[in-house]
Amino acid sequence: MTYHLEFSALLPYWQDLAWGLWFTIVLTAVSTVVGIAVGTLGASARSFGPPWLSGLVRVYVELIRNTPFIVQLFFIFFGLPALGLKLSETTAAFIAMVVNLGAYSTEIIRAGIDAIPKGHIEAGVSLAMTRLEVLRYIVLRQAFAKIYPALSSQIVIVMLGSAVVSQISAPDLTYAANFIQSRNFRAFEVYFVVALIYLMLSILLRYLLRLIGDRFVKVG
Amino acid sequence: MSLVSIRDVRKSYGTVEVLKGVSLEVEKGDVVAIIGRSGSGKSTLLRCINGLETYQSGAILADGIEVGGLHANLRELRRHVGMVFQQFNLFPHLTAAENVMLAPTVVNKTPKKEARAIAAEVLAKVGLSEKMDAYPSQLSGGQQQRVAIARSLAMRPKVLLCDEITSALDPELVNEVLRVVEQLAKEGMTLILVTHEMRFARDVGTHLVFMHHGKVHESGKPKEVFAAPQTPELQQFVSGIG
Ligand SMILES: Nc1ncnc2c1ncn2[C@@H]1O[C@H](COP(=O)(O)OP(=O)(O)OP(=O)(O)O)[C@@H](O)[C@H]1O
Ligand SMILES: [Mg+2]
Repeated sequence: MTYHLEFSALLPYWQDLAWGLWFTIVLTAVSTVVGIAVGTLGASARSFGPPWLSGLVRVYVELIRNTPFIVQLFFIFFGLPALGLKLSETTAAFIAMVVNLGAYSTEIIRAGIDAIPKGHIEAGVSLAMTRLEVLRYIVLRQAFAKIYPALSSQIVIVMLGSAVVSQISAPDLTYAANFIQSRNFRAFEVYFVVALIYLMLSILLRYLLRLIGDRFVKVG
Repeated sequence: MSLVSIRDVRKSYGTVEVLKGVSLEVEKGDVVAIIGRSGSGKSTLLRCINGLETYQSGAILADGIEVGGLHANLRELRRHVGMVFQQFNLFPHLTAAENVMLAPTVVNKTPKKEARAIAAEVLAKVGLSEKMDAYPSQLSGGQQQRVAIARSLAMRPKVLLCDEITSALDPELVNEVLRVVEQLAKEGMTLILVTHEMRFARDVGTHLVFMHHGKVHESGKPKEVFAAPQTPELQQFVSGIG
């Protein structure tokens, strides 16, 4: 049998695609910002916090880095209700994404912090700066400049990985694709188009991250 | 009262005692040169003075603040006790001026404009007016170290600690840094310097301290001490340097 390509079969569903795309963009944007905030706190605690906190962060990071994202997502969405914590698909998706990127970015930022010579910290402390001020003005600035490329890659990975949230029916781009395909049975066309959209999203995101990097992350 | 008063300070790393009861009085305007073999505890002593290291017994008072006290106000202390390191330790993501302005703006809450004026003043003092907007990577070692000195001066310290600040420099860059330090000494800045520049210690120092095995082994007026070292250890050290 021959399969006739029929991309116009997608047309009636363009709004579903658009909403799915929008959801994916918002999901990625929010979890990037919050996830990196979590990672910054995590890395700071890991490098400068008291041993108990540093240990706690380490457990969190290892737990997340050594389990599949989809299992983390299912645990949050299907598992937590057993403890009486029932979350909507959307909330669960956001939380899972933040928790995941938080762990990876903790590790990435920590590597950046570790690469700062101890002498810089001592110089800051000797200038009467508090540890927090040293962290903010000297350590993190430099750390971010060092790890910005790695962090950028991770953000793109997280954006692509967000497709997994369709598995709990969070209404992202992949969820929209699944939905459309189940209606018009045009699997090839639907996933071909959606793959293209992800590809463009990736390219755009990398470009955006490079702009932000050039503008704000001074390497000196 | 002395500006810096060190009384019978003992410090150990684990079971190894590196300061074995050091006492030293530094008056305002003194230029104290500390010399001694590698491992004799010079850096450790300096680092104890501004609280970078803790010590186990004895007392250090700097500008009236007890450094080792349980609730020592180290932030207040360090506003008055500057430190310059062997490795410059400039912040590479900031320009020379920004390096200098950081502590005044963050610690003293000096407005940006005023801080910039301070930066201009102290960078002029170290002869780097034209390098205000250069990044550390664009400066020679000697220039970097002069920026580091300016950075400390911006906090208007009452005493400046210098730990072998010319040791990481190529020989031809040593003098430009020493000249800056000499100028500071002339202007009455209180200085405690660990140095291997014996001639500088003799010519610029008002006091010489020879440390040996974690103790002040010999001390006095630089010219007298160098002319007639009393202990065999110092005799050997001085002749070894050549
Ligand atoms: N963080 C540390 N942990 C353990 N031992 C240390 C530490 N820092 C210094 N020491 C030891 O303390 C002793 C004194 O060191 P210090 O750095 O004060 O010597 P120094 O006189 O400055 O020597 P140099 O001329 O090489 O700089 C040395 O034996 C050194 O190995
Ligand atoms: Mg030393």
